[in-house]
Amino acid sequence: LYIKINTYCWIIHLCLLVFEQYQKARTQFVQTVAELATRPQNIETLQNAGVMSLLRPLLLDIVPTIQQTSALALGRLANYNDDLAEAVVKGDILPQLVYSLAEQNRFYKKAAAFVLRAVAKHSPTLAQAVVDCGGLDALVISLEEFDPGVKEAAAWALGYIARHNGHLSQAVVDAGAVPLLVLCIQEPEVALKRIAASALSDIAKHSPELAQTVVDAGAIAHLSQMILNPDAKLKRQVFSALSQISKHSVDLAEMVVEAEIFPSILVCLRDPDEYVRKNVTTLMREITKHTPELSQLVVNTGGVAAVIDYLGECQGGVRLPGIMMLGYVAAHSENLAMAVIVSKGVPQLAICLSEESEDHIKAATVWAFGQIGRHTPEHARAVAAAHVLPKLLALYMDPDSSEDLQIKAKKALKSILQKCTHLPALEPLLYEAPSNILKHVVYQFSKVLPHDSKARRLFVTSGGLKKVQEIKADVGSALQEYINSINNCYPEEIVRYYSPGYSETLLERIDKYQPV
Amino acid sequence: RMARLVKLQNEIERIKEKYFTRNRFAEENRQRENEAAIKIQSWFRGWQVRAYLSHLHWKATIIQKIWRGFRARARFRQTVKIQRRWRGYYVRKYVHNYYARRRYMEGLIRKNEEIRRDLVDFSEFQRREREQIAMDREEQKKTVQAQRMHFLLSTKQCPGVFNSPFKPEPDEMELRLRRTKPQPPTASPRERDSRLGNRIPSTHSSASIARAHGAQPLPPIPIKKPQGPFREAAEVWAQRHRSLEPSLRVQTSITDLEEAQDQLRLEEWRNRTVDTLFQPFSKAHQNRRYERMIHTSSSFQPVPYGNKHFREERPDNLLGKKPFNRVFTTCQVFDKFGRLFSNAGKIV
Repeated sequence: LYIKINTYCWIIHLCLLVFEQYQKARTQFVQTVAELATRPQNIETLQNAGVMSLLRPLLLDIVPTIQQTSALALGRLANYNDDLAEAVVKGDILPQLVYSLAEQNRFYKKAAAFVLRAVAKHSPTLAQAVVDCGGLDALVISLEEFDPGVKEAAAWALGYIARHNGHLSQAVVDAGAVPLLVLCIQEPEVALKRIAASALSDIAKHSPELAQTVVDAGAIAHLSQMILNPDAKLKRQVFSALSQISKHSVDLAEMVVEAEIFPSILVCLRDPDEYVRKNVTTLMREITKHTPELSQLVVNTGGVAAVIDYLGECQGGVRLPGIMMLGYVAAHSENLAMAVIVSKGVPQLAICLSEESEDHIKAATVWAFGQIGRHTPEHARAVAAAHVLPKLLALYMDPDSSEDLQIKAKKALKSILQKCTHLPALEPLLYEAPSNILKHVVYQFSKVLPHDSKARRLFVTSGGLKKVQEIKADVGSALQEYINSINNCYPEEIVRYYSPGYSETLLERIDKYQPV
Repeated sequence: RMARLVKLQNEIERIKEKYFTRNRFAEENRQRENEAAIKIQSWFRGWQVRAYLSHLHWKATIIQKIWRGFRARARFRQTVKIQRRWRGYYVRKYVHNYYARRRYMEGLIRKNEEIRRDLVDFSEFQRREREQIAMDREEQKKTVQAQRMHFLLSTKQCPGVFNSPFKPEPDEMELRLRRTKPQPPTASPRERDSRLGNRIPSTHSSASIARAHGAQPLPPIPIKKPQGPFREAAEVWAQRHRSLEPSLRVQTSITDLEEAQDQLRLEEWRNRTVDTLFQPFSKAHQNRRYERMIHTSSSFQPVPYGNKHFREERPDNLLGKKPFNRVFTTCQVFDKFGRLFSNAGKIV
């Protein structure tokens, strides 16, 4: 009897041994794959070896660790490129993940949310696939969990889904994610706050209705409280969220301003992190572009000076929002344009124009100059005094500059020239300008010269009259009229003296002259 | 001449006649002609006067026209003066106030300067904060390192790694090692737990040994008593080492009920030898026949009781005879009730 019991135990032991070995092998496989998937160069090899079809049944494994690790490995693979993400979708893995998001423990939930995020990030069709298999409801439910890691993973996934287009954002909002995200922002963990802020920013950026939904959930108050948080990445997301909200309409911009962000925002313009500064200027640009009152508010708190200093300190593409902000402020009214000039904006913009090489930044600077200089002769004089007009002309004439840049340069030149009465600045333009610009320059001269004798004298001595005589204009055109009106300011002898070919006519008279 | 005179004399009569007739006619027409002349004259004079009056009117109108135009224009010039001054004032004060604008721009310049200074100060402050935090963290790290590598401290015999004899001064790490206290190596988890559970510290071991032998602790050496409301040392000692006297509720274990039940079960198992239970009058139920309820029957047929026969009916005792007739036709005693006696009592 004793021997029988012994052999029976031995048989059981053998059977169980097989199962143990298999489990160990599975665990090791899944852990190694997960580790290898962290490095991009291994992923190609793994893909060729058919790792997807092997990982799929392991998701349904009995042992929870294997399930979690296989989900993690799948997530890393799908994260790498969109072919693998498509393979995840086609392999019908998503419904299983969505189901288990509701059931399993927090490690599995984190891994499942990670997979959903990795799939949804590549393209709108993949994100739509995630939405279609009911991922949104499961993610919103996991947003209500206690564990901050799970909430973070769920919020990240929702943010990536909402990023692509308005329909997906609307779907995320309809699933009731926005109030939960606003609750997540109030949590103490910084990482969770970051992700929630970026998710709200992605939702609000598509349309005014979505931004209104975000605002109705009370997001603005919490976002504005986090402005002076020491964490730089959090500040980036907060400012990005606020600027996406305020860009849509005047009401939303006013609500953002009512949250008393000025003047504490100006402090963040000196943050060591570059993108925080860029996002602050983007927010200021979105606020000032709507109405003169909002721009006035920003100017009164000293925002313009802060932005001009910021432009002086940074380089490259991050300058663009600052330049556009100055342009918007100056565009509203001449008081505001004078405020920009008084805050020493024009020399700074001139430096930007000369330093930057990208065409779109140059186009923005040129447009900003046009907005500043077009209001009154004082403004035009301030712009012309910074020696900007020859640069504008050069940009207009340069064949290398893009079409957009040329159009903007021409518009800016025209609008400044129509108000410019500062003749020393206009003279260089006489020599180089093409005829359509020349017309305006000569018109300005013809307006000013009849009334100012000193200017007339200067005009003659600097060689301007000579140049005007050399201009060939069609008889009866506006240009000819202006030239005539200039010529009428001077006595005939001087006009004749400076007209081209006068020396030849004089010499001909010598030939014809008969000495007495 | 004579002929003319005779003609004339002949004519005298005719002339007289004519004279008289003419006079008569003139007399007759005089009134009429007078009146006609008067009419014509009056009309003419009236026309003259009217023409003169209208001429006067016209002249008067011209004068009035010129005068009134002058007056109106003068008034107009006055009102224009007022309006001019008012509009100038209004525009200069409310629409485009040069001095207010200038003040605003100057204020803006000052504000900008202020903001720039504030921002510079604040960024300096933040930079210093960050540097301070970084430095503190460095310090902390180095201190921890020094604590753990305390064994590298140099001794009199042998100079440590950081105290090279070829250098004029010992290294910064050496000085740090001298300053910091050594951290003892972290104990294994078992010893840590036992240390946590150790109630009486080892310094009182002598007193515990003495108590184990049944002796009281010796009274303390009478040094200067500290001032204040302190209790006697013996009292404190007794209170401190008083044994636990738990209440009954605390004493009973939580599984007391289960334990008691197990104990009872064990006793039962031990003591019971007879398996059948004693049930007095237990057979009384066996005599009763089960009577099914009227309304419940598992066979879906009508129950014969009440339909087919009553109680006390025994169809077997009839022996084939018909049962006693119990239902009869009605007794017609009262058919003619009321109708026999009078028409008044006719029942409808």
